[in-house]
Amino acid sequence: MRAALAKASLVRHRARTVLAILGVAIASAMLLDMVMLATGMRESFRELLLTRGFQLRLAPKGTLPFDTDATIADVSGITATLRRNPDIREISPVLGGSIHVPIGGRDVSASVLGIDPSVQGDYELQSGRDVLEADAIVVNDRLLRALGRRIGDTIRVATGYDPQTRSYSGQRNLVITGTVRFLYGASDQSGSAVRRETLLQMNAQSPTRAGDRASLFMVRARQGADAEQVRGWIEAQLPNVSAISIATAIAQVDQRLSYFRQLAIILGAVSLFVGFLLVTTLVTVSVNERAGEIAVMRAIGVSRSHVVEQVVMEGLVISLVGALVGLALGLVTARYLNSILSAFPGLPMAIDFFLFQPKAAWSALGLVIASGIGAGVYPAFRAASLPISQTLRREAIA
Amino acid sequence: MNAPSPIISLRDVRRDYALGAEQVHALQGVSLDIDRSDYVAIVGPSGCGKSTLLNLIGVIDQPTAGTVTIDGRRVDSMSDREATQFRLRNIGFVFQRFYLMPILSAVENVALPMAEAGMSRGERVDRAAGLLSYVGLANRQRHRPSEMSGGEQQRVAIARALANSPALLLADEPTGELDAKTGAEIISLFQKLNADGTTLVVVTHDEDLASAARRKVHMRDGKVVDG
Repeated sequence: MRAALAKASLVRHRARTVLAILGVAIASAMLLDMVMLATGMRESFRELLLTRGFQLRLAPKGTLPFDTDATIADVSGITATLRRNPDIREISPVLGGSIHVPIGGRDVSASVLGIDPSVQGDYELQSGRDVLEADAIVVNDRLLRALGRRIGDTIRVATGYDPQTRSYSGQRNLVITGTVRFLYGASDQSGSAVRRETLLQMNAQSPTRAGDRASLFMVRARQGADAEQVRGWIEAQLPNVSAISIATAIAQVDQRLSYFRQLAIILGAVSLFVGFLLVTTLVTVSVNERAGEIAVMRAIGVSRSHVVEQVVMEGLVISLVGALVGLALGLVTARYLNSILSAFPGLPMAIDFFLFQPKAAWSALGLVIASGIGAGVYPAFRAASLPISQTLRREAIA
Repeated sequence: MNAPSPIISLRDVRRDYALGAEQVHALQGVSLDIDRSDYVAIVGPSGCGKSTLLNLIGVIDQPTAGTVTIDGRRVDSMSDREATQFRLRNIGFVFQRFYLMPILSAVENVALPMAEAGMSRGERVDRAAGLLSYVGLANRQRHRPSEMSGGEQQRVAIARALANSPALLLADEPTGELDAKTGAEIISLFQKLNADGTTLVVVTHDEDLASAARRKVHMRDGKVVDG
């Protein structure tokens, strides 16, 4: 009967109830989005780092991978050192740089990675073949479009370009053997990859880039090995590198994104509070309007606890329905906002700002429902505490 | 033959309350006995304390001083929980404005106190239907208050008051919002109820309703002056 009465009082002012549910839905959607935003980038980044199973990255001391142009010298020596650790299964040195392709009087530039195709963890082949030969190059779709070439075409590629003299250095003819999608590449970035030996040969003419160098080592530990232990071992063995595990990378990302997360938490809390106030206001107004009815219910023997239950149920229903609508609304808005933010220049395409995680969604839903129950408590106790005779007298006069 | 025992007994009852800065002495030492199965009309000018007296008898208010005994139980100092249970089982209320739940049907309104008393759904629907038949609304069970006349609504309210077979039925200006013809139907219903053994206490300005009662209690300035 209490559920029927709660439903009855909500149905009585349909438009008002619908508006309140809509308000709670918007607040819930905002809360869900903020929860997704607070943890989304971090989780998305973690998933991205683990995509190819490399748990460790080695960068020049004090830097993050590809944060600067700094490189690590003596790749062969470092590789030999790393191979001494039985917990290390694969080592993938990567050399970053840029390439220039003269096409019809203009210069098309792009980033390039020098990799070992058998152990690389930077891209996925989409079509054609990988860089199996020394004169092979794979490119992403954006670069292929900019070049106006197709798989199988040969292009003249340089690793150096002087815009003042319009002269190229480190030139070599390379055959486009395939198209790839770079895992860490931005959507607005033209990218390519060649074998690291090829890039080293092309860089040999440059006094600053010559030598057996790498910008980064990606290291895959043996299954069951403690990545943190391996990291410690590497840092002890190789004082010129920073070994970054997934955990330390996440910690650094966390540090850099902390303001972002704080903002999301504050906005989420504000949304929750707005929803709470909305439900409290609506239920309080409803209780005030029904003061006479409630006093009569009490007079005919309805207990205080049952009045409290009925009013709390009203707040709960508004919050529950609002939260469910908000869940759907939040997912739609998150998807839309994600598409806008992911197009931000320089960000890896695979990074999601709003990552749906069921646990986070249920937490948000739970918070909204709990706040709905809390929101009904004040008007419920107000309703249950109405002095029966005085309320009836007031109603009679009114 | 023994004299009938009073179902209601008030002794030196006073009720004061604050109205702004002023202290109102609504009841000033009222003593009154009402017998079981009696039909009593409490009459008097507005503000004389009739409704306050009815509220004390109905256990929805407590006296400032004095004792109120109903059906052998002291009700003047009951806790809220005790008072609520007492009202549920022993007292039926009828109000001037009917106060039916607008979204519930007639039968659901009548069944409301039964649900509170823990009666099963089937039992309360049957009993509510029976009560609606008793008050002459057998064919209006599924109608909502907005689909009924004032007289019909008041009859639903009377059926609701009878839901848990109370020993005592209290009515505060039950014909106040009804025209003369409909008022007469309610008066007739009250007489039927009383004839069937229900003790009735009615507060009214309605001369016809008061005249239908077996006994009139006159009040003035918070005191019982006659009856």
